[in-house]
Amino acid sequence: MTVHTEMSVTVTDIELVADAIKQFTLERVDGQPMPAFAPGAHIVVSMMDAGRLRRNPYSLMSSPRDPWNFRISVLRVERSRGGSVFMHDVIAVGDTLTISQPVNLFPVDILARRNLFIAGGVGITPFIPMMEVLNEKGGVFELYYSIRSRSHGAFWSEMSALYPNRVKIAVGAEGYRFDYHELLINQPLGTHLYVCGPKLMLEHIFNIARDLGWAQENLHFELFLAPPSGSPFTAKLASSGKEIVVAEHQSLLESVEEAGVDAPFLCRAGACGQCETRVLASDGEIIHNDIFLTDEERKSGTKIMPCVSRFVGVGLTIEL
Amino acid sequence: MDLKFTTETYRDDFSFRNSPEAIRRYPFPFHADSYMYAINMEDHVAGKPGTAYEHPIDVDEHYISEMADRALVLKEDPLRCQALSHMMTAQWDTLELLMIHQSIAYPDLFTLERDKDKCHWINRPLGIDDKFIFGDRSTLPYEPMEYIMRQSQGDFCIVDQRDNSLWMDAGMVTCQADWSLDFDIGMSFMEWHAPVPMAHELGIFDRALKFLMNVQQGRPARRLNWTMTVNPRLDTSPENYHKWGSEKTTVTKENIGAKLHLRCELQSFWRLPRSNALLFPIRQYLISLNDIATIPKWACRMHRVLKTIPDPLAEYKGFSRNRQLAIDFFAPFDNGQETTKGADPE
Repeated sequence: MTVHTEMSVTVTDIELVADAIKQFTLERVDGQPMPAFAPGAHIVVSMMDAGRLRRNPYSLMSSPRDPWNFRISVLRVERSRGGSVFMHDVIAVGDTLTISQPVNLFPVDILARRNLFIAGGVGITPFIPMMEVLNEKGGVFELYYSIRSRSHGAFWSEMSALYPNRVKIAVGAEGYRFDYHELLINQPLGTHLYVCGPKLMLEHIFNIARDLGWAQENLHFELFLAPPSGSPFTAKLASSGKEIVVAEHQSLLESVEEAGVDAPFLCRAGACGQCETRVLASDGEIIHNDIFLTDEERKSGTKIMPCVSRFVGVGLTIEL
Repeated sequence: MDLKFTTETYRDDFSFRNSPEAIRRYPFPFHADSYMYAINMEDHVAGKPGTAYEHPIDVDEHYISEMADRALVLKEDPLRCQALSHMMTAQWDTLELLMIHQSIAYPDLFTLERDKDKCHWINRPLGIDDKFIFGDRSTLPYEPMEYIMRQSQGDFCIVDQRDNSLWMDAGMVTCQADWSLDFDIGMSFMEWHAPVPMAHELGIFDRALKFLMNVQQGRPARRLNWTMTVNPRLDTSPENYHKWGSEKTTVTKENIGAKLHLRCELQSFWRLPRSNALLFPIRQYLISLNDIATIPKWACRMHRVLKTIPDPLAEYKGFSRNRQLAIDFFAPFDNGQETTKGADPE
C-alpha cells in the first residue's frame, strides 16, 4: 500500500546551529538532483537505531531553488524515544540515510492576502523556505518567533537580517513573550495564520483564533509531536493475522512496520489522519495522543491513530 | 519502439480506426460483469508491456491525429485552454512532468536535455525543436501549460489545493465527455461534481476528495471512467452539442457496431512539486462496438454490464437512447459462462 519511493542520501555536512539543534545537509548518493518541493514540505528520514527502524519527519528548510541538497534541522530531545538522539550522537558526515519524497501537509495558501507565521523553537524550519519564496514573489508575511534563549534558538539572527522589519523575536530567558491575543485581534481580515511549534503553543494560539472567529480555512499548522512513550502493550492485527508487542519507546505504527505489515502514514505526528485505523476489539483504554479524531470518535473507542496513540489494557485488535 | 502513427480524423468523415494492437491494449474499464460507482483508485504504477498502462503517460498510434484535432478545437475556441494567474508555478511543474515522462518512456520520439534552467526539447513526431529557459515564459511560443498540452494526448486539469478543497484553476480540455472547462474554471471539487447522480448519496465525493488531497509526490494514482459516444468524435463538449447531440439519433441496428463507441477515460492524479497543486490527465480511448466484439470476453461482459447498469447512470452518461440497441448487439456474444477475472482480453 505504501509504495514510498525512497532514496538514499549522504550526509555531507553537519552543523550545530543552536545549543541542541543540528542542521544536516543531505545529497543523493546517485548524484541526481533532489526532487523539487514546495515550502512547508517535510521528508521522512528512516534510520536503523540500535536495531530498530525509526522513521521521523523533518521539515525541509533548504532553498526550493537549490536542487542539489536538502537541509533539515533536528532538535535533540533528551529522554525521548529515540530518533533525535540517534541523529545527534550517531550520525556523522559521510553516513548514508534513507529519505522519502517530499510530503507537503503545510502548504502556503497562494491566494492569501497576508500570511502570519508563528514559530516556536525548532518549528522555525518550514518558515525559512516559505519566507524565501514569498519574498521573491512580493507576498506579504510576518514571522513571530519564540525561543527559550538566544543560544537555544536557531536561525533567528539570519532571519532578522534577511527580513528586518518582518521578523519579531521573543526570547523567554530575557523575560519577553508574545501576547498572541493582542497579535491576532489586530490582524486584518483575510490573514492566514500558520503555526509550527509545540502542541501546547499550537492549542493556545488556535483557541484564541477560534474565539476571535477566524475561519477554519485560514488556520494552518504543523505539529512537532514525537510519538509519546508509555507502557508496553500487545495488539492483534486482524487482517494480517499477527500479534505484536509495542515496546515502551516505540509507536504502534513502528511496531506494525517492524512486523512487516504495510500501513498507511504521512505525517507520523497524529495530525493528518492518513493512518486512521479501525479498532475491532479492546478491553482497556486507548490513549489518544493525536489531534485528528473528533471527541465523539475518541469516545466511541472504534478508531486509533497508530502513529502516536497507545493502549493500556488487554485484547486490542485493530484492522491492519 | 515500434509505434506507427496513423493519419485519421475525429470529425466530418470520421476516419479514426484502431489497429489490432490498439484494440488489445485498450484499457477496458469493466473488471467484473456488472458496474457500479466506486472510487476504484489504484497506484498509477507501470503496468504490463503492451497495455495502455505500460508507461505513466501513454503515447499511442493516434498521437499525431489527436494533436491535429486538438489544434482545430483550440483555433475555433481558445477558451478550451485557461489558467488563472496564480497557477504559473503549476504550469511549469506540469510542463516538466510531461516532458520528463514522455522523454523517458519514448526516447525515440522525445528528448529533453537540461543544463540547470536551460532546456532543449525535441518532439520528433510533431517536428518540434525548441530551446527555452525553465521558468521564463518569454522563451516559449505559448504559456508553458498550453505549450506542452498541445503535445500531449488527453485532456488536462490543474487543480489547486487550498481551503480544504480542490479548485479547477487551469487546464486544457478539447476531447471531453460533455463538460466544460470554461464553465467550471475556478470551481471547487464539490461544485464541479454536483451534477453526478447517486454518487453524492454514497459519500463517494467526500472520500474521493480526502484521497486526492493526500496524493503524494512520486506516488500518482489512477482510476478509469467511461461513457459511450456516437461516432469517434473527441470533442463532445457542451459548446459543440449542436454538432454531436443529434448524432445519437442516427444509430440503427445495422450501423451500431461501427457507429457507437465505448469511451474510456484513464484518469491519473499527480502531485506537482513546486506548486503543491495536482495534475489530472484525463486520457480518453475510443473503441467501436465492432472492435470490442473481436475480444470474446469483453463482448460477453459488455452485454451483462449494459443490461444491469442503473437507469440514472445510463441517462447521465448519455446513452439511454441507444442502450437497448447496444444490449441487442452484444447478446449473441454472451455464452452464459462465467468470465475470467479482471479486464485483460483473455
